[in-house]
Amino acid sequence: MKGKPLVSIVSAGMSRFGKREELYGRELFVEAASEAFKRCPNLNPREDIKAAFIGMMGESFEHQGHTGPTALNWIGLLPTQAFRTEGACGSSATAIRCGLFAILSGLADIALVGGVEKMTHRATAEVTEYLAMACDFPFEQWNGLTFPGLFAMVATAHMHKYGTTEEQMALVAVKNHHHGSMNPKAHMQKEVPLEKALSSRVIAWPLKLYDCSLISDGASCLILTKPELAKKFTDTPVHIIGSGQASDTIGLYERKDFTSLKAGKLAGREAYNMAGVNPSDINVAEVHDCFTIAEIVAYEDLGFCRPGKGGRFIEDGQSQIGGKIATCTSGGLKSKGHPVGATGTAQAYEVYLQLTEEAGKRQVGGAEIGLTHNVGGLGATGVVNIYSRE
Amino acid sequence: MADDKPFTIESFYNFVKEKKLMGGKCRSCGKLLVPPKPLCPECFSSDLTWKEIPKNGKLRTYTVIHVAPKQFQAFTPYAVGIVELEDGAQLPGMIRNVTLDKVQVGMQLTVDFDAEQTTHEWPHWPRYYFKPTHPE
Repeated sequence: MKGKPLVSIVSAGMSRFGKREELYGRELFVEAASEAFKRCPNLNPREDIKAAFIGMMGESFEHQGHTGPTALNWIGLLPTQAFRTEGACGSSATAIRCGLFAILSGLADIALVGGVEKMTHRATAEVTEYLAMACDFPFEQWNGLTFPGLFAMVATAHMHKYGTTEEQMALVAVKNHHHGSMNPKAHMQKEVPLEKALSSRVIAWPLKLYDCSLISDGASCLILTKPELAKKFTDTPVHIIGSGQASDTIGLYERKDFTSLKAGKLAGREAYNMAGVNPSDINVAEVHDCFTIAEIVAYEDLGFCRPGKGGRFIEDGQSQIGGKIATCTSGGLKSKGHPVGATGTAQAYEVYLQLTEEAGKRQVGGAEIGLTHNVGGLGATGVVNIYSRE
Repeated sequence: MADDKPFTIESFYNFVKEKKLMGGKCRSCGKLLVPPKPLCPECFSSDLTWKEIPKNGKLRTYTVIHVAPKQFQAFTPYAVGIVELEDGAQLPGMIRNVTLDKVQVGMQLTVDFDAEQTTHEWPHWPRYYFKPTHPE
């Protein structure tokens, strides 16, 4: 039995992702919000929106904090109350959660949730250093670990325990670049052949360049309402019917199991229970493919396949469009791009497009139930949402 | 021993200066706290004692880093891993004095310590690292 709507998404917007030299973070947010406002002519943004939650990971990128009011100033929403949410690469999925808390508590009937990050103006070494702030400083960063390095250790452990191969990981990149080639807003809209992915330079063994997501600029947002109000704004609302979030140790070294991200797994379990659906009911999913191994782990943590079978799942084509669960139809973080703070709501944006049949060439026919899985850092934050069309 | 020292990261690194790895142990539930924490996250007790962590262990997982933040660029490529020490405590650290393609999951490693840092910037922590227990 499908769960009842918790909140409804009545509109959504996303900037083009990529190297957006001409735009500052707050201006990228204007691009996302303008689309969401345009889609929803019955919405009077300044009057109707009672709270805004905006995810952003790091002040270091733009030397700018205080994201909430800054973004609201640029989209004409002052003096609405604004909150910044931070959960590393899961920042804007936690913004969605805050939107749920706000609406379900009755404190706000309509909320804007979104995220933004401007990254590409910084040198790669700087970006690597800033992103590493989402992992433990006194033990991990202090000993030279980076984010690719930490996920590489997950990969090493997965390969050692289950026999997962570098080729299976590269296949995730091939699939997501194929999906991204059909997304006009993706950072990298081109196919990447398996040979090219496998022979790319090593970033942190066993992860190579094409195992890593992109450093991108971008913003995204959703307009959430109480389900009773949804029809006032659109004929095709998308409902959030299940939602979960959990936390785990900041350091990978404090965990027993390196082959699963427990917070994502627990968040998934909570969301499935609330939604009253099973993994086999999911038609489209956007999972956190910050590195190819992370997508393989996500298949297992979300019950798309059994633990250790994630490599086979991609190899058998189960996660491509046309497969059992079309995963990362947007191109994922891998090809659409990963402006970290914007990723969580950008995943929801893709599911919104799929469930309203606006996904163009990458449309999954008859998609009814969607899922997003967003993790922050090395899974210290995990958020899963489940969506259904009307 | 030394139970008057606060169960903090600063104390952990002060012990590293003395070439020791020390963790906290909860006197109430027995949980080993590595790194030390002022409150036992298992039973919320703050009745803790210091316990020396064994210097030998085995490598549970690792990576070889080729793209590093600025302060580590001079060392690339370098191996970093997570080591399970003989009492079950786990710590991440660089693996040195080893040919990179000889690093493998399960290998025996021993802790060693760098000479003290001379930097004037925060933090003033010295570094521990791991090396093969049985040199090549």
